[in-house]
Amino acid sequence: MTPRWICLAAVALSGLISVSAQAATIQVTIDKLVYSPTEVTAKVGDTVEWVNKDILAHTATAANDDWNVAIAPKQTARLVVKKPGTVDYFCKYHPNMKGRVVVTP
Amino acid sequence: MLIRLSAAIAAICLLTGAAYARGAAKPTDPQIAHIAYTAGQLDIEAAKQALKKSKNKEVRAFANDMVRDHTAVNKQALALVKKLKVTPEENDTSRALTKQAAAKREELAKLKDREFDKAYVDNEVAYHKTVNNALESTLIPSANNAELKSLLETGLKIFQGHEQHAEHVASELK
Repeated sequence: MTPRWICLAAVALSGLISVSAQAATIQVTIDKLVYSPTEVTAKVGDTVEWVNKDILAHTATAANDDWNVAIAPKQTARLVVKKPGTVDYFCKYHPNMKGRVVVTP
Repeated sequence: MLIRLSAAIAAICLLTGAAYARGAAKPTDPQIAHIAYTAGQLDIEAAKQALKKSKNKEVRAFANDMVRDHTAVNKQALALVKKLKVTPEENDTSRALTKQAAAKREELAKLKDREFDKAYVDNEVAYHKTVNNALESTLIPSANNAELKSLLETGLKIFQGHEQHAEHVASELK
């Protein structure tokens, strides 16, 4: 292997490493007033993404008041989780909709 | 008052299936569609009255939610009956519901401020309870068409959400 190839390999490798260290996006689908999956696990810095398939407006509102995400009909909304812990959430408009985000450090 | 009360009781009896249990025929799909659509429209009218009369932020937010959700559901219901080529058919239950709602609106029109807010929200709790019972005990089991049944089932989940939301607003008004 020539030094040039070693150099290229190193660049490629560092690229791979930086990709794997990037924050992840965890998707929750809302269909017929159900958050699915009901419980998701994310790391601090990850994004939780709610995809609303309903014709209705929903929210993801943290029971501990940490966050409140408005999710318009047929739209997607996102939240970057910042604090470790377990957060139960619900929809402000339809409080019978319940979910949970477990945030690990 | 007595007339209003008896109209209300008649509506509830019809809705909860007492009339059907006495041997009357089950509602047909066109009748079910009319009942469900009417129930939504009446709640929109109640919300519009609240938006005219109430100054309470939470009551107004709730009323806006009702207008938005019921408008969205009824739009879908209309699209479905069009697709299925079903013509919604007026019936005793939808007529009783309309009559009862008109009486309630008249009653609420005489109230002001906190009194109005409380009466409106309490009625929203009771109304959604009645409609949910009707959906669960009569309308969903009687629906023949699978798509209509599915829309009613989603409607039930939405209205159960409204019932809980109304209960929450009611508890805040106390």
